[in-house]
Amino acid sequence: MSQPESAVADAQAGGRSGQEPLAKLAKRYGLRRAIARPRFPVYLRQLWERRHFILTYATSRNVSKYSSSALGQLWQVLTPLLNAAIYFVMFGVILGGQKDITNYPAFLLTGMFIFTYTQRTVTAGAKSVSSNMSLIRALHFPRASLPLAYTIQELQQLAISMGVLLVLVVATQEWPTWFWLMIPVVLLLQTMFNIGAGLVIARLGATTRDLNQLLPFITRTWLYASGVFFSIQDKVVKSAELPQWVANVMYLNPAASYIEWMREILVGTYRTEFGHHPPTMVWVSCVFWAVFALGFGFWYFWRAEERYGRG
Amino acid sequence: MAETKELSQVKGEKPAVPGKDVRVHPNPEPAGKRPLDVPTGTPTVIVDDLHIVYRVYGAASDAEKGNAVNALTRLLKRQGRPQMKEVHAVKGVTFVAYHGDAIGIVGRNGSGKSTLLRAIAGLLPPHKGAVYTDGQPSLLGVNAALMRELTGERNIVLGCYAMGMTPAEVKEKYQEIVDFSGIDEFVQLPMSTYSSGMGARLRFAISSAKTHDVLLIDEALATGDREFRKKSEQRIREIRESAGTVFLVAHDLKVIEETCNRVIWLHKGKIRMDGDPKEVIAAYNKG
Repeated sequence: MSQPESAVADAQAGGRSGQEPLAKLAKRYGLRRAIARPRFPVYLRQLWERRHFILTYATSRNVSKYSSSALGQLWQVLTPLLNAAIYFVMFGVILGGQKDITNYPAFLLTGMFIFTYTQRTVTAGAKSVSSNMSLIRALHFPRASLPLAYTIQELQQLAISMGVLLVLVVATQEWPTWFWLMIPVVLLLQTMFNIGAGLVIARLGATTRDLNQLLPFITRTWLYASGVFFSIQDKVVKSAELPQWVANVMYLNPAASYIEWMREILVGTYRTEFGHHPPTMVWVSCVFWAVFALGFGFWYFWRAEERYGRG
Repeated sequence: MAETKELSQVKGEKPAVPGKDVRVHPNPEPAGKRPLDVPTGTPTVIVDDLHIVYRVYGAASDAEKGNAVNALTRLLKRQGRPQMKEVHAVKGVTFVAYHGDAIGIVGRNGSGKSTLLRAIAGLLPPHKGAVYTDGQPSLLGVNAALMRELTGERNIVLGCYAMGMTPAEVKEKYQEIVDFSGIDEFVQLPMSTYSSGMGARLRFAISSAKTHDVLLIDEALATGDREFRKKSEQRIREIRESAGTVFLVAHDLKVIEETCNRVIWLHKGKIRMDGDPKEVIAAYNKG
């Protein structure tokens, strides 16, 4: 015996019990739509319940990433070190960035390491949904777990590169001060921003495949606009003689804000020499971006929750 | 059973007309014999005129394959990307599953069996129509969460968390999983070093460690050696007894005939036949 193929056919055929539409039948027995998107607070709670999965997934990815290389986990330290060496030779020695800024190595390394954290999170986040399609199509979990796990993976990497950075900064004779107590605060704010940015870019990357091709250009532009190799105030206002507001706007860019604040903390000479730009603005910008990105990111990602499986 | 053999054979010759339902029941019988109206049965899964369309990337055909110039021309002409294809995998499927049902799904490769299961599990969004379920149906399959480079040990923990277990449950189930899979000391080695049988055993052990209300089983059970196969069949039977409703996709018709009380035959994304296992399978073998 065959089964009617649609509810309409069903009703016409008078086959099923009392011609009740299936949606009503479902309601009568308290069945729910298999793919309904939970309400936002419920979603956040489900995500919290999945924290062990998120953490394990992030750690597992980090472990498996280096498992095929001979030096293994050592690369987590070597990669930032090698990067630092290249940047220093390139921008400090060859391009002569050293001239204008006292303790240029510390200035450059701080900028580079802080920027890399955000850049890597965004790049990883863009792939977090699209490259895990088989997982999404096989198991149930709040999809935001994936971009979150990728951000946490980068955070674990950052913990190591931060250690490297601090050693290098001390090696340039910047001794630890009370200001260092603020380091976790800045990193926390930056992580909040990164999570939000990762969530937004994950949703975009899930539907727009071309984003992965475009992203390197976007992040490179971002890198140059964030004053990683130079002081924005110096180049924009002093050298290019542009009005002060241009520099201010550039400082409002989240990456530039986090870099600026971290430099103020780590590089003593920078604190004294470049006290002329408004630190309050940087500080406010850091907090604003953290809160805004985190809130908006979760909301924006949640809005498409039931559609990620389609690819 | 109203469905006649000739009819299904005739229909088999017809090419599928997309978007247009070909109905095969000119004279449908009022329901009565089917588990539909078994008094004790409450519906657990309702599939209402379900359509599933998913996108496939990088599936350009020879004619469309091209270079950058072609791609640019297409962009200028505002044509869609040829690499993206939409596959209409399930085309208007409707049925009701009841508590205690074990439903086998048969059909040729590409008839939409796995897609249907994933839609029931709520993993693929419906294009049209809806799936209503009681509780959270889950697929028996954790493979996608596991990582080859990691040890069996880490993979067990990862897989259990991926299925939504709590740390306490993971602790409790860990030894059971190791014992069941029978991989012994290999659990300390990366999964990439496992033989394919060992890998399959571990995957099955992990994914069957959790209890489910509505369970969806998609093939891949006939792995491992004979002893393990027996063990896993036993395990499935246990799962079935504790689960409310079981869906089983398998190419091995004998397994379906033995374990299911109802069989749905999918053909090109539509239900061709739905009913008693013996009759449906007999028709399936002929058609």
